[in-house]
Amino acid sequence: MIPPLIQVFVEGAGLAGPGLRGWAESLGVLRGEAAYEPAPFEPPPIALLPPAERRRAGTAIRLAIGTGLEALTEAGREPTSMAMVFTSSSGDTATVADILAVLATDRREVSPTRFHNSVHNAPAGYWAVATGSCEPSTSLCAFDSSFSAGLLDAAAQAVVDERPVTLVAYDLPYPEPLNKVRPIAGPVALALVLTPWSTERTRARLTLRPASHAATTMADSGLERLRLTNPAARGLPLLAALAAERGGTVHLESAAGTGATILVEPR
Amino acid sequence: MRPLALSHMCVASSVGFGLDATLTALRSGQSGLSPRPFETVTLPTWTGEIQALDNIRLQGEHAAFDCRNNRLAEVALGQDGFAEAVRAAIERYGTARVALVVGTSTSGILQTEQAFRARDPATGELPSDFHYEQTHNTGSLAAYLRARLGIEGPAFVISCACASSAKAFGNAARMIAAGLCDAAVVGGSDSLCLTTLYGFHSLALNAPGPCRPFDVARDGISIGEAAGFVLLERPSSRDANVHLLGFGESNDAHHMSSPHPEGAGARLAMERALSSAGIGAEQIDYINMHGTATRVGDIAEDLAVFNLFGDGPARGSTKGHTGHTLGAAGIVEAIISALAIEHGLVPGTPHTETIDPAFHGRYQLAAETGRVDRVLSNSFGFGGSNCSLVFGAP
Repeated sequence: MIPPLIQVFVEGAGLAGPGLRGWAESLGVLRGEAAYEPAPFEPPPIALLPPAERRRAGTAIRLAIGTGLEALTEAGREPTSMAMVFTSSSGDTATVADILAVLATDRREVSPTRFHNSVHNAPAGYWAVATGSCEPSTSLCAFDSSFSAGLLDAAAQAVVDERPVTLVAYDLPYPEPLNKVRPIAGPVALALVLTPWSTERTRARLTLRPASHAATTMADSGLERLRLTNPAARGLPLLAALAAERGGTVHLESAAGTGATILVEPR
Repeated sequence: MRPLALSHMCVASSVGFGLDATLTALRSGQSGLSPRPFETVTLPTWTGEIQALDNIRLQGEHAAFDCRNNRLAEVALGQDGFAEAVRAAIERYGTARVALVVGTSTSGILQTEQAFRARDPATGELPSDFHYEQTHNTGSLAAYLRARLGIEGPAFVISCACASSAKAFGNAARMIAAGLCDAAVVGGSDSLCLTTLYGFHSLALNAPGPCRPFDVARDGISIGEAAGFVLLERPSSRDANVHLLGFGESNDAHHMSSPHPEGAGARLAMERALSSAGIGAEQIDYINMHGTATRVGDIAEDLAVFNLFGDGPARGSTKGHTGHTLGAAGIVEAIISALAIEHGLVPGTPHTETIDPAFHGRYQLAAETGRVDRVLSNSFGFGGSNCSLVFGAP
């Protein structure tokens, strides 16, 4: 049997993480031309949200939406007609941890805002409110394989529905005691605007083939540590290949059958 | 879309385990709701609890996955020869050609709620027998089913609140169309936990008695728990009595926990589902509504359905049978839709006595026999996530 291939085109990318202040600002680090210097960061408020939602949007929501919007700006696209895929291992870690702590008290007084913010698709809901987009969004999870699962889902949607799809992968650290059982570095978010056809804004063509090859690693030890300790950062080698503008092959490893070998060809 | 066959199904909910028990409950109007308190919960509300889950443990090589949500999935897998049907599909297509797309909202978080109560008083640490990856994590359901069923194709969890397992049909259909797999196990599992019981309580959305969808006196939801799965594949000579004909998805872009007042997003999802199926509104015989029995949710859905379908098809909510099973509602109601088509049954709306006079169209209070060729099933969730599915006879 001929192995299935999926071909999509990248129009824009977004990136946020410790020492990674945006895609354009991180190009030097991703290309290995500048040293990677991790520095703590706090995702800024989302100006597009109405005041009440802006107040209620915690770090996870701001991280995911801000990075998705950055990728769309890079691609020169409006969010209103964009299908979205949000992928994350652990969602809004701080909010979930807070609810768990409250439920362990006698009064169990869960905050209604925290409760609706705790759903895995909270960033997708806030995204729709911020952008006014009624287009479909998927929110998914595959633990440490969440990035490759999201990429596969977004690419399948782009080619089958013949429409642009934006992928946002994000993950954040838990507070204790969950941090000890599920240590996640970060916060980190990556975003890609994918189209099923080449456009004048295309930066690269991706040819995805399902595979179970050992993962491509990051040359910089700090970035490699980040890749291994944050599920969203598993996508860093793909962003590095896009930044390099030289072409090459990236392997994404997966314990969820979503591993892929990706041929990256710059325009 | 090209129709896909639901070649095998299984389900477990508070009305019973398996297709026969579910069909019997649908015909008789039986409800699985009860005022029995769940776990240590002291809220005055009814639930659709499956008490048998308390006495089940996942053991052996899958012991780390043991949690209420995966136990529930295991109970469903054991019904109607489903696990064997998946094995046969794997033999037919190859291990890497069968995918798994399943939905849950809260996964095994009950395990973490209990672990938090058992934190070490000195260090604050969680107990050493707590397995985050295999229980709490949203991906745990897919990881468990993958290990349990020997599936090596793409496997992930859709978590879009109460639309989760309805939306899983769309993701699986796209993967089949893209050639990434030949068949997919689609469905979901969502189990009772304190997060949802106290969370919906904080929003004043839990009914004090059993939920009464679309009733003039409706006063909130009854949370239930359920799991169900279908094997989705291209139609072939093998028997399948029901096909997925289309799906439609949208976002409200309105509010995190309140629906758009006129159900604009809901209507868009239904329109997209009809268009995906290539049929008109007049070709739907029965609408399995989301109908959770909240004051505002039912108003919005009534309007959206009436604006699109008029008085036309019979409509109702089966939440009074099973409770609102949240992330599993989509799959449970997909299976109810399939049973309606296969057995010529229009399900009723148990616990509902007097339809709100402000509502429109033909609400089905008691189940009736009658020909049902096509069903539209709605699932709407927090975040304004909407999904409508269209099922039909081949």
